[in-house]
Amino acid sequence: MELKDIINPNNLVYEKPELLTENTMHYCPGCSHGVVHKLLAEVIEDLDIQDKTIGVSPVGCAVFAYNYIEIDWQEAAHGRAPAVATGIARTNPDKVVFTYQGDGDLASIGAAEILHACNRGENMVVIFVNNGIYGMTGGQMAPTTLIGQVTATTPNGRDVGRNGYPLKITELIAQLPGTSYVTRQSVHTPATIRKCKKAIAKAFQAALDKKGTSFVEVVSTCNMNWKMTPVKANEWMVENMFPFYVPGDLKDSSKADPESYTPLKN
Amino acid sequence: MTEEIIIAGFGGQGVLSMGKILAYSGVMADQEVSWFPSYGPEMRGGTANVTVILSETRISSPVLNEYDTAIILNQQSMDKFEHMVKPGGVLIYDPNGIIHPPKRTDINIYKIEGTLIAAELGNVKTFNMVVLGAYLKAKPVVKMESVEKGLQKSLPTRHHYLIPMNLEAVQKGFESLELVQAV
Amino acid sequence: MGELRLMKGNEVIAEAAIRCGCDAYFGYPITPQSEVMETLMDREPWDETGMVVLQAESEIASIHMIYGAAASGKKVITSSSSPGISLMAEGISYIAGAELPCVIVNVQRGGPGLGTIQPSQADYWQSTKGGGHGDYRLIVLAPSSVQEMNDFVELGFKLAFKYRNPAMILTDGVIGQTMEKVILSDYIPRLTDEEINEKYGSWATNGRKPGRQRNIITSLEMDSGRMEQNNLRLQAKYAKMEEEEVLFEEFQCEDAEYLLVAFGSSSRICQKTVDLAREKGIKVGLLRPITLFPFPKKPIAALAKQVKGILVVEMNAGQMVEDVQLAAGCAIPVKHFGRMGGIIPSPGEVVEALEQKLIGG
Repeated sequence: MELKDIINPNNLVYEKPELLTENTMHYCPGCSHGVVHKLLAEVIEDLDIQDKTIGVSPVGCAVFAYNYIEIDWQEAAHGRAPAVATGIARTNPDKVVFTYQGDGDLASIGAAEILHACNRGENMVVIFVNNGIYGMTGGQMAPTTLIGQVTATTPNGRDVGRNGYPLKITELIAQLPGTSYVTRQSVHTPATIRKCKKAIAKAFQAALDKKGTSFVEVVSTCNMNWKMTPVKANEWMVENMFPFYVPGDLKDSSKADPESYTPLKN
Repeated sequence: MTEEIIIAGFGGQGVLSMGKILAYSGVMADQEVSWFPSYGPEMRGGTANVTVILSETRISSPVLNEYDTAIILNQQSMDKFEHMVKPGGVLIYDPNGIIHPPKRTDINIYKIEGTLIAAELGNVKTFNMVVLGAYLKAKPVVKMESVEKGLQKSLPTRHHYLIPMNLEAVQKGFESLELVQAV
Repeated sequence: MGELRLMKGNEVIAEAAIRCGCDAYFGYPITPQSEVMETLMDREPWDETGMVVLQAESEIASIHMIYGAAASGKKVITSSSSPGISLMAEGISYIAGAELPCVIVNVQRGGPGLGTIQPSQADYWQSTKGGGHGDYRLIVLAPSSVQEMNDFVELGFKLAFKYRNPAMILTDGVIGQTMEKVILSDYIPRLTDEEINEKYGSWATNGRKPGRQRNIITSLEMDSGRMEQNNLRLQAKYAKMEEEEVLFEEFQCEDAEYLLVAFGSSSRICQKTVDLAREKGIKVGLLRPITLFPFPKKPIAALAKQVKGILVVEMNAGQMVEDVQLAAGCAIPVKHFGRMGGIIPSPGEVVEALEQKLIGG
């Protein structure tokens, strides 16, 4: 058998989504971001909404997300992506807007922006990649760092007395009446990747259906800053992250019915 | 002609709205006007004051340190503004609550029993309109029909039924001004 | 010819925004400018023109909402007062860095810190020299009347879109709270999505249309060489503004032996000072910068050759005086008179300062 017999369209079992650009990703080998980007590109392509989707990238490892998916993008300041997305969504109600944020960006410096955007029920999708650490700045403690977890700013492990508790922000978000779909996924096996894609597709469909805010957390690894091999990092995530950040849907309904709130009589 | 006025008293006495009606009356008479209030928390119960300027020509500063007329409705305002009336100018005050009456000898001083008259009229809220009427007796800077038009402009339509009562108060004040000292 | 009204400066900002075809206002309450959003919410422009009005959770969120909407080619405005503008500094730097148009209104109050709610001009440096990080400039317009609060909303947008740069209306509690007669502008319709595509399709992030490249709005550039080029492009833009957009006004400068320089509400006070001083036989004129950036360097340099001295009057400890000194050179004295903490200098006080600091000195 020759090479041309193998590289043959008839034998194609997998291809890169058209919306993924040719740019080489800057992510570390073993990082989850690349997988999540691919899923996003596939979902946008499947829904055929590339001409009306606007992505808002964060500050953090995914700051350059705009280099990889062939749609309009805006780069936000640290933590402010939900406010930026609010500005776009409110003035462009026929467009689909999503933010792509990490745990430092969303749950620490941008805690106010994400809570209020979700509480207002802004019509948008939030992709929240939670790996329990600040990746880009070199592995410092994040709000989602587990108790006892070693980071550059908790060299002896996160201490509750000094650093407080890990923040389950997705559980908080699920309480808010403006959100319709809140879920926690992962991308460490082919099965979970397929499941995560379905969740992302559902979130984008909710935005198309104007159902308020949809929120997809992806529990992820940072093997580089966790100082593990990718395989070991996946195992560590399953063993340590999943018991605390339990995968599954936290909310799957519709945005709270405004009719169920009785306004005060003036 | 330019008339520079300070109206000062307690928050809740209608100081700012009296200034507003005066300013609207000026607009109705095709004058240049400016209305600059004290603002912030002191409006709620503390002292409140407003500078109103009516002029035939372009108004320069909306903020002043001397006035042609001071309308003074409490003691704190007397302490603050009595010395800021221009020599030969006018000071009008309601003696209710005034412990130290004005002492200046180089200005025209008038009294208006606004609190009493408003109570007699059966609506203490018309107090500021009584005082406005008294002022227009001392200084006829705008005509009564401009005041009526000013009220129509400055009050929301749902309050227009109150206009006759307000005009009655203005008239009563106009008739009740007492001269204390003329220079 | 527009409509004549008696209105507060702050209310006029709101009315002018609706009438000039604004797509959105995002803001957060703070004294002494809360009437801007209150007026908008009362007017309900979403029914009339489709304009969006949103009370954000903070000034930080407001300015980033502005950043988002402006990137999609929309005409957007926000307003705040000094402490709130400090919170917006981050977003303003991003908007300037990403080269987007918007109008920001600062109704100044006294500082530093929480300071006072009374009027001040102590944010001159913040507005004209930066305020946020990085080498950037705002177009800064200083209205001195309620009428100009109306006129400068439209002018601000015109300049902001011409240069793709944020424009600031720098005013204070005096102009914001004063009611004067104003002739409101006629309505301009909001741009349709098609018009936005046509005019701003080369950069606006409003969805990648078939046949056009995708657009990316960012201020980030990791390559130092390219980042320097970005900075040089910004500097060239600012230099063009200095060449083409300077606005100022002169009062009784023809025969002036002394010159007052003041902006915004201080310039109103100084008009009265000119009258009072001339009654005393002092030949004084007033130059009022309307654009604080670009600053009217040339007219000040020209008048510096004519007069014996310059007094810069500001409600701060001496900020614009540095720009006046640079423009005037060293041949004549350039002095400063200011009040702080929310105290408004009176016209008479300025006459005294003129006599003490320049004439008697």
